[in-house]
Amino acid sequence: MIANTGLVALILAFGLAVYATVFSAYAGWRRDSAWLLSARNAALAVFPLLTLSTFALVYSLVTRDFSISYVADVSSRAMSTFLRVTALWGGQEGSILFWAWLMSGFVAATLLRNWRQHLDLMPFVISVAMLTTGFFVGLALFLANPFARLWEVPGAARALVAIFPPAEAVQFMPADGRGLNPLLRHFGMIGHPPTTYLGFTGFVIPFSFAMAALITGKAHEDTWIRATRRWTLVAWVFLSIGLILGGRWAYDVLGWGGFWGWDPVENAMLMPWLTGTAFLHSVMITEKRGMLKVWSLILIILTYALALFGTFITRTGVVSSVHAFAQSALGPAFFIFIAVTFIGSLYLLLRALPTLKSEHELESFMSREAVFLLQNVLFLAITFAVFWGTVFPMISELVTGTKITVGPPYFKKVTGPLFALLLLLMGVAPLFAWRKQSAQRLGKALMAPFLAAVGLALGLGLLYDMHPGAIFGLWLVTFVFLTIALEFWKGMRARMSVRNEAPWTAFVRLLDRNHRRYGGYIVHLGVVMIALGILGDAYLKQETQGPLAVGEVMTLGDYELRFDGLVQYPGSDGREVVEASTTLMRNGEVIRELRPRRDYFVVQQQPVTIPAVYSTLGADVYVLLVGWEEIGLRSSTFKLYINPLINWVWIGGLFMILGTVIAAWGTSHRRDVTYTLPSQFRSNVVVVGGSG
Amino acid sequence: MRRWLFLIPLLLALLAMTAIVQAQEGNPDFPSDDDVNVIAKQLYCPVCPNTPLDVCETQACQDWRDEIRGQLAAGWTEAQILNYFVEQYGERVLAEPRRQGFTSLVWLLPVILTLLGLYVLTRILKSWKIAQARAPAFEVESPPIPPETLAKIEEEVEDMW
Repeated sequence: MIANTGLVALILAFGLAVYATVFSAYAGWRRDSAWLLSARNAALAVFPLLTLSTFALVYSLVTRDFSISYVADVSSRAMSTFLRVTALWGGQEGSILFWAWLMSGFVAATLLRNWRQHLDLMPFVISVAMLTTGFFVGLALFLANPFARLWEVPGAARALVAIFPPAEAVQFMPADGRGLNPLLRHFGMIGHPPTTYLGFTGFVIPFSFAMAALITGKAHEDTWIRATRRWTLVAWVFLSIGLILGGRWAYDVLGWGGFWGWDPVENAMLMPWLTGTAFLHSVMITEKRGMLKVWSLILIILTYALALFGTFITRTGVVSSVHAFAQSALGPAFFIFIAVTFIGSLYLLLRALPTLKSEHELESFMSREAVFLLQNVLFLAITFAVFWGTVFPMISELVTGTKITVGPPYFKKVTGPLFALLLLLMGVAPLFAWRKQSAQRLGKALMAPFLAAVGLALGLGLLYDMHPGAIFGLWLVTFVFLTIALEFWKGMRARMSVRNEAPWTAFVRLLDRNHRRYGGYIVHLGVVMIALGILGDAYLKQETQGPLAVGEVMTLGDYELRFDGLVQYPGSDGREVVEASTTLMRNGEVIRELRPRRDYFVVQQQPVTIPAVYSTLGADVYVLLVGWEEIGLRSSTFKLYINPLINWVWIGGLFMILGTVIAAWGTSHRRDVTYTLPSQFRSNVVVVGGSG
Repeated sequence: MRRWLFLIPLLLALLAMTAIVQAQEGNPDFPSDDDVNVIAKQLYCPVCPNTPLDVCETQACQDWRDEIRGQLAAGWTEAQILNYFVEQYGERVLAEPRRQGFTSLVWLLPVILTLLGLYVLTRILKSWKIAQARAPAFEVESPPIPPETLAKIEEEVEDMW
């Protein structure tokens, strides 16, 4: 009953989305406010309808309505209520409904927030955003319906999946469902899809505004950028959180000691993040200097296309991948939609090109403008390398018929140097002035951090006998960290000397004075920390593997691992657990007991290796139970990793979130500044400046 | 004398190889799991996409690792073992795509496009600079400002944001 309500709501939502798409465009074309209001109300109504639909599906999952095919696929009786709720995005159909729901939420919020100020853009904002939403609702309705039921037809070997009962069919209710993919039963995987989808869908808002600006011939103004700045930040931060949670999940669940495997689905998420980051930076130049208008438009078009492409790869399994849990007929639909929107938006851009001549002027290559552009080129170069490596196996198979693998070594070798250069730019760019920067002054400002970083990197590098790449990386990370820290220090020092503020007060007030700038620096600090973690992963990681009999010890670096015994027991959620107890020691001293295990999910016939981790800021000791002898359970094989600095990846992630929140927060003191004019001008004139 | 000089690198290589073999033979555990994993890391089995052989848990992958162990014990070199798997199962087993034939495009194109991007960027920046030079320019010589005043100005500008 509830599920049927959800289905009806889904059908209504689809109708209204199509209606809003068509009639808001019509209203924009005819400048008809009555049609516009009607289209807006339709667009607003899609959100509550999809909310109803989503909740109906959650209700069916929670109440174990296995007559619904999706519920039987992704949930089972053994699963907790919490996991059953998260099963909403544990499979194809639910994910698409969830995507559409989040998207409609963004549209509703935008309409309520930005309606008045940007009325002229609204018809086409609604049209473009509802076109995208409608596409996903259509997918959920026609190609991947989460409310389709199971039917038993006389003579058929298996139950049929259909929305309406086939002839002579009776409803089929399996005794239990198949249950969520065991790999997805982890907090990282619970938070990762929603945040990623929020990121993907969020970028549709700036895209819609950009398209509306192009259609109405207002793209040469920067209204669309100002209107969507916060939306862009929201989308970006959620995508960042999604990336980090995904990494954490891989580290905790996949059992290979790392957090990023350059898997096609990971790449699919990284690409819109890269172009989105480039977009965030290029709009700053557009806003401040009136430059790069076309470029910013190209970047948002790319980001939107790549976000769709990311969903396409994840949901259709077109590039075979551990993540491609679902294989289906969605491929062509996605492909056509991406192609049409991409070509359509490029056409709009070309059409508006004559109006987009910006005031390009460049005084010097030594200017922030030039550095920003170089940074943008690097972001695009990395995006291309990742894209090319991701799709190349398909291309190779199509062209030569040879299947090949493009694995992590390719991505590390090609993008590594580009990322290093990008990091360097991140450190020096804030020191470049707009228009022109004196090389001499820059050199003077950078000398101290440069030398300090050289000293530290060489010192540590020689002390620990590091790889030259590690020494360079350490120099880079230290240098960039110091330049950012110096920016904070300069601001604080000025306040401390001019206003006699205590250091802490000066720091807090400095942040409060300019949220965008210092929030941005905090994000940059987060990036430096993540770079430090990646450096540890790339150069300083140690690993060893071997069999141990009970009582035997294996050694890696300063650590020893003693095998104490093995137990086997039935666990929760329908799993058989084999757990080893081991003792971790450092230079002979016992640190603690570690219990790596292997969970075997009986119904899904899937083993999951769960590492035991001893975690410190310096390094993680990561133990995997790789295998054991069935008879007597005496000797077991362990894999031991030392992952130095890896925790900085997660800490850096937190800094990125914190920095973005600060940057997106409106500066709290809208303090009016009153200037006293010289007496000869003194009349009733008061110059008032607000904060931005 | 000079014409025998070419022997020196050969001799060195020979020495190095003997050293390696000795090191391996000196280790009673050879080939250990770690020795196997060094090679397994570079391979993917065709059944488990995106899971490198050194961490893959399936029976097929365990068999492959045992095969590598056997080959190492028989004295095969790393290159020989990798070639063996490529011949048996095709290029897809290699984690790192080769730099030959059509596959070399995967390496070349990003490099070419990056260089091209940088070239285009410099051209564009130059053209903007020329446009700027043509525009009537006015230079303002800034008088020397005492640092305290500068700090004060910076501070107040900051407040206006």
